[in-house]
Amino acid sequence: MKRLGAILSAALLSIAAHGAEYARLPGGRFESVLPQGPVPTQSTPVEVQPFELRKAPVTNGEFLAFVTAHPQWQRDKVPALFAEKSYLASWASSVQPPKDTRLSAPVVNVSWFAAKAFCESEGARLPTWIEWEYAAAADETRNDARADPAWRRRILAWYERPATAQLPPVGGATNKYGVSDMHGLVWEWVDDFNALFIAGDSRTQGDPDLLKFCGSGAISIIDRDSYAVLMRIALLSSLNAADTTSTLGFRCARSLEEPQ
Amino acid sequence: MTATCLGRREFLLSMGALACAPLTTFANGALPPDSLYQLQASLTDQDGRTFDLASRRGTPQLVSMFYTSCEMVCPMIFETIRYTVQALSPAEQRALQVLMVSFDPARDTVQVLKRTAQVHGCDERWTLARADDTTVRKFAAALGFQYRRLASGEFNHSTLIELLDANGRVVAKSGKLGNADPALVRATRQALAPPA
Repeated sequence: MKRLGAILSAALLSIAAHGAEYARLPGGRFESVLPQGPVPTQSTPVEVQPFELRKAPVTNGEFLAFVTAHPQWQRDKVPALFAEKSYLASWASSVQPPKDTRLSAPVVNVSWFAAKAFCESEGARLPTWIEWEYAAAADETRNDARADPAWRRRILAWYERPATAQLPPVGGATNKYGVSDMHGLVWEWVDDFNALFIAGDSRTQGDPDLLKFCGSGAISIIDRDSYAVLMRIALLSSLNAADTTSTLGFRCARSLEEPQ
Repeated sequence: MTATCLGRREFLLSMGALACAPLTTFANGALPPDSLYQLQASLTDQDGRTFDLASRRGTPQLVSMFYTSCEMVCPMIFETIRYTVQALSPAEQRALQVLMVSFDPARDTVQVLKRTAQVHGCDERWTLARADDTTVRKFAAALGFQYRRLASGEFNHSTLIELLDANGRVVAKSGKLGNADPALVRATRQALAPPA
């Protein structure tokens, strides 16, 4: 049995080493639902640098290989600073995913710190919000399908479906970049999740609002019809880095060139 | 002047200041699981000295984040911390350190930090530090700071002052700027008191 376990772990480790497939995204001018310019109520397109993104969210099998190779990220060893109690709580043991869950299903109940450490272990990082939003704007044929009401309805339909007890495997239909499951499977961590705070209300003006956050004050949402994306922002902005939820996973990204 | 300088999350956390410090003593080697010093982070201070975050262990700290070109709230953070320190006895003041970490390592070079420390009259108790972007993001995440760089080069960020005990656990937070927050002063005294 011990030997079988060793073979199994070795096989899993090799999945982790070789199985991570990344798609190359060309980047370019992109308009976020979050204002990026000096005027909070005005959209300012930003230049997204070319980057690579994992084609699918990280799976249970891949995360198992990670915690096997990096025991400090097993649920009984990880410091509370990096992951709360719910971290991998549904796993059968610290090195066994939940019994009734597929290895090919996306891993959930992982904290931001754990997701970040996983990505670092394969020479990658978490995508930034803008990178994620840019990749998620594409449908099968268009780089930016966001203005299409039919596409919006399709995405929103996911949120109307009751959650299934078991998450399906990763690797759904791919978008134009060859990336799958940006919508419809799980929520995903981004590197700058703690940059997504939103001022609640544009009616609040004056001193209290100016002091709420240092800087040029409130930001607001530019495209209020992108409900699906707005829900993601709302969720991410409410989280702490050690938090986990049963529908929140992640995927990794890589810069093409090391920034100076 | 008391201002509500809080995001939703911080607001919930700090109705007043959150004092939640059971006086647990950990053996020298064992770091509490929720200690900030679990984070491996290398920082550089205003004198160009590089240090590990965990090297702050042993001394209670008031911790906040800032950036130098911030004109509005950041000077108030320095001021508020100074008032908080001044509310303590001289002996208490000697047993406390202040750690200020910049959101803006690109512009807050060692020289800029040095000048900022002088401008705000920071004595040897104060460390103004910078680190690489990834470390700053992790540091902020661990302490629950939210921040975003704007195209103008300014930052939006939450304004908080957090108190770490000698083992690096957050034992109080305050979002009140202006005068010293009495609840934070109380919690600081408690953190400085020798364990009974």
